[in-house]
Amino acid sequence: MSSGGSFTDLLQFIFMGLQRGSIYAMVAMGFNMIYNSTGIINLAQGEFVVLGGLMMVSLTMSANISLPLAFVITVFFVTIVGILMERFTINPVKPPTVMRLIIITVAVSILLKGSAMCFWGKESHYMKHFSGTEPFEIMGATILPQTLWIFGILIIIVAAFIYFFNFTMTGKSMRACSINRDAARLAGINDRKMVMLSFALSAGIGAIAGIIVTPIIQMDYSRGALLGIKGFGAAVVGGLGNSIGAVVAGLLVGILEALGGGYISSHYMDAFALLILLIVLFIRPSGIFGSREASRLKEF
Amino acid sequence: MRRSIVFTTVMTVVCLFFAANLCAESDEYRVGCAFAVTGAASWLGEPQKNTVEMLAKEINDAGGINGKKLVLYIEDTQGDNTRAVNAVKKLIQKNKVSVIIGPSRSGTAMAAIPVAEAAGIPMISCASAEIQLEPIDQRTNIFKVAPNDSDAIRIIYDHIVARGIKKVGIITGTTGFGAAGRTLMLEMAPEYELEIIADETYSPADTDMTAQLINIRNKGAEAIINWSIVPAQSIVPQNIRQLKIDIPFYQSHGFCNVKYAASAGESAEGTIFPCGRILAVDTLPDDNRQKPVLHDYKTKYEEQFKDHVSTFGGHAYDSLLLVVDALKAVGDDPKKIRDYLENAKFIGTGGVFQFSPTDHCGLDKTAFEMLTVKDGKFVVLGQ
Repeated sequence: MSSGGSFTDLLQFIFMGLQRGSIYAMVAMGFNMIYNSTGIINLAQGEFVVLGGLMMVSLTMSANISLPLAFVITVFFVTIVGILMERFTINPVKPPTVMRLIIITVAVSILLKGSAMCFWGKESHYMKHFSGTEPFEIMGATILPQTLWIFGILIIIVAAFIYFFNFTMTGKSMRACSINRDAARLAGINDRKMVMLSFALSAGIGAIAGIIVTPIIQMDYSRGALLGIKGFGAAVVGGLGNSIGAVVAGLLVGILEALGGGYISSHYMDAFALLILLIVLFIRPSGIFGSREASRLKEF
Repeated sequence: MRRSIVFTTVMTVVCLFFAANLCAESDEYRVGCAFAVTGAASWLGEPQKNTVEMLAKEINDAGGINGKKLVLYIEDTQGDNTRAVNAVKKLIQKNKVSVIIGPSRSGTAMAAIPVAEAAGIPMISCASAEIQLEPIDQRTNIFKVAPNDSDAIRIIYDHIVARGIKKVGIITGTTGFGAAGRTLMLEMAPEYELEIIADETYSPADTDMTAQLINIRNKGAEAIINWSIVPAQSIVPQNIRQLKIDIPFYQSHGFCNVKYAASAGESAEGTIFPCGRILAVDTLPDDNRQKPVLHDYKTKYEEQFKDHVSTFGGHAYDSLLLVVDALKAVGDDPKKIRDYLENAKFIGTGGVFQFSPTDHCGLDKTAFEMLTVKDGKFVVLGQ
């Protein structure tokens, strides 16, 4: 119902959509990583994002550590949390049935949320934007520097991701495990180690997502579920397990939400995301980029 | 023989128990509190619990009320309706309190109201929804100390009308607070001859509101009102600045959190919003009647809990002081307390209260002060 049909407005909506979508994409990539190695949905994924954000707030705002150093420390710390989670809660479970593992991730998510509450308190924490709040102008539309950071970091992650899984031995081993764990094990790949690695990577990506989004949305201990839901939606739309699909789907969902909010009504912004999810589930239950064959073989 | 010994022992214990209860009752005043101390609304309940505990200690250290000890029974509702009902039942039936303070959230208050009403125990709610007191003839025991949302809208609309503005764009969060504000703003606009030309919303998880704001701009709004209580509301001023929309910007009293202003940074400068005076005590004129009580509460709270004082804790402060006044005047009979409250006049942190049999809130739009953000701090507008 908007009277503004101009190109500038459209461009602004697309920027907005890309920014929202980038966050969904990163959370979705985290979901996929663990899904590929274990066949489960890690419901503590949103908590990794929260931990990353809160840790970054403490390091930069209270301890006054420089941004790049704080970034590295935070990602390292959350990665360790991911590894510990796998070592102490996922690894010892025998037999590791899908249901059991998912319930464990729920427990871990409650634990992480509670610890974050005790440590950082209940209020929301804010953090300064990385490079100021002076907006850039691109063809009449404006964009905040933080949004550019988000795009840039997403691109770097995707590039690193493609390199890692296609050109390194460890990455290829992880892919092998996700395709056929037994065969991979027979070929001499330590599948347990790959599971641990997948938790580490997914926690790391979660932390990065938390770090770059906190200056915009602030962070509090209970934010995990909200961040997780949309990311999960993107993962399903893109095809569970397909990380490039997750990125495309995340951006797509973000842009459609922004366009819907801009041109139709902002009251139904969240509904657009759900609508896309439902349509995809009805027409292509394996996701836009997922393979039907592959999804039939999965336990879940 | 043995049986009779057992029987006697049991009966003695029972008698002693009741006797102890009777004795206890005679030298103490029991006040029940039901706050959302933990859970999603803990940012409301925690300062409330801290506040009443701090006050009770102070009162008892000074010798209590009428020589009797003030005993608080604090229950945690976790912001949950069922738990709130159980908490209030427990306070009434088990703890035998004479008056209840709380609950913290409007939803839990609505759930607990019938219980207190049926038991005839006065309840001073710390939640803001006006519907709590309606209809007044079925809410004879219910009072509230939180200011009315509609009064916050009145003071904003007054300000807008005084500037000669006719067309307003509203943007609201999709939480209960935002939705209630949206309905009220739409309802009350005709009264002020204002036209709501754009009505947009955003969810608490949104990261960018440029689409909504572009619509508001394109429809020709002359002022924007942002009504929300979630942190996401601080993105709105940033996006307004980003889009170079240069029209007056108002926020609700949900913006009354210094951190929200800090998060919005420079963009928040000049934002106008109604708020309880507690957050701008230092910039209030010295002749303000509330200033001494506000200053007193702020100093004590911040010293003891090393945390910023909030309007929500203030509601508990006002409630307990009202109760103490009532206990001093009429003792601990619930009926008499109710009658006292219905005619109470009281200067608290929330405003100058003037209760009456038809007005159980006792506050009007003067409870709010228009504040603005100046150099990252909340100051009284025009100072």
